[in-house]
Amino acid sequence: MSTIQPKVSEPVSDEMSLVQAAKGGDVGAFEELVKRYDRNVFRIAQHITQNREDAEDVVQDAFLKAYGNLKQFQGQSKFYTWLVRIAVNEALMKLRRRRPERMVSLDEEVKTEEDSLPREVADWSPNPEQQYNQAELREILTRTIQGLPASFRTVFVLRDVEGLSTEETAEALDLSIPAVKSRLLRARLQLRERLSRFFQRREGGNGKPKNTSGDGNQ
Amino acid sequence: MKCSEFLQELTDYLDGVIDARTQAELEDHLAWCHNCYVVCDTTKKTIEIYRDSQLYELPGDLRTRLRTAIISKCHAQKKAGPEKV
Repeated sequence: MSTIQPKVSEPVSDEMSLVQAAKGGDVGAFEELVKRYDRNVFRIAQHITQNREDAEDVVQDAFLKAYGNLKQFQGQSKFYTWLVRIAVNEALMKLRRRRPERMVSLDEEVKTEEDSLPREVADWSPNPEQQYNQAELREILTRTIQGLPASFRTVFVLRDVEGLSTEETAEALDLSIPAVKSRLLRARLQLRERLSRFFQRREGGNGKPKNTSGDGNQ
Repeated sequence: MKCSEFLQELTDYLDGVIDARTQAELEDHLAWCHNCYVVCDTTKKTIEIYRDSQLYELPGDLRTRLRTAIISKCHAQKKAGPEKV
C-alpha cells in the first residue's frame, strides 16, 4: 500500500528576503507574504473556530501581530510555521471566548485510547466521495471534522490538510513530537470511523446510505 | 504482530517514515489481516479526501477586503512607530 504524499508547498527561497525587507519597513514585501499565506491562515482559522467571522478576524489579527513582531522573528523556523503559531493562538482565543463554558486547550486529554479503536471495518466504495454531489460531500466532511476535539482537529488540519511536517506541527503548536503523533493517529482514526457510515460499500440501490444528514458517531 | 501494534505504527507507515524492518512486519500483517487492511486503506482515503476537499476556500472578494484592511493598518502602524499591535 502506497504512502501519503505531502502537498507540494510554494517556493520559500525568496521568503527570507521578503521577511528582511518587511523588517526594514517595506510594507509591499509584507503584502507579498500576506498573499502567499492568507488562504492557509483562513482555512486553519475556520477549522479551529468553526465560525466565518471569527476566521476573518483571525486572519487580520494574526498578520497584524506578525507584522508588529517581525523583529522577534529570528529565522530559526520558517516564517510560515511562525505565522501558523500566531494564527492558532488567535483562533484558540476566539474559540475560548465563544465557548467559555468549555475549556479549550491543545493539551486537553482524551479519555482513553478506546475512543480511537476501529469499530467499523466495512470496506468503502472504490471512489466513495463520488457517491455524493459537491454540496453533500462538503456538508459531510465539515460536520465530521467539527465533531473532533479542538486538539485533534488542529493537529489533523496542520499535518494532513496544510501539509506541515510533524516537526513543524509540533513547533507551531508547542507540543512534543510524540504528542503530535498520538493526536494525529487518533484524529485520523476517528475521522475514518465517522466517515465510514457515509462511504462504506453498499449492496444494490444507489450506493448511498439511508441517512446522510447525521453528524457521525457523536 | 497484533492488530493493536499495527495501529500504533499506522501513522508512521502512512507517512512513509518507518524503518524497513518494521515496514516488512506491517506489510506481512496486512497480507493476512483483512480488518487492518481495510482500516489502513480507508484511513489513507480519509486523509486524501480531506486534503483534496477545498473546504473553507477564501473567496476572492473577501480576500481582497482582508488584505486591504491588513495592509492599511500596517501602513498606519509604520507611521505611528515601532509600537506593538
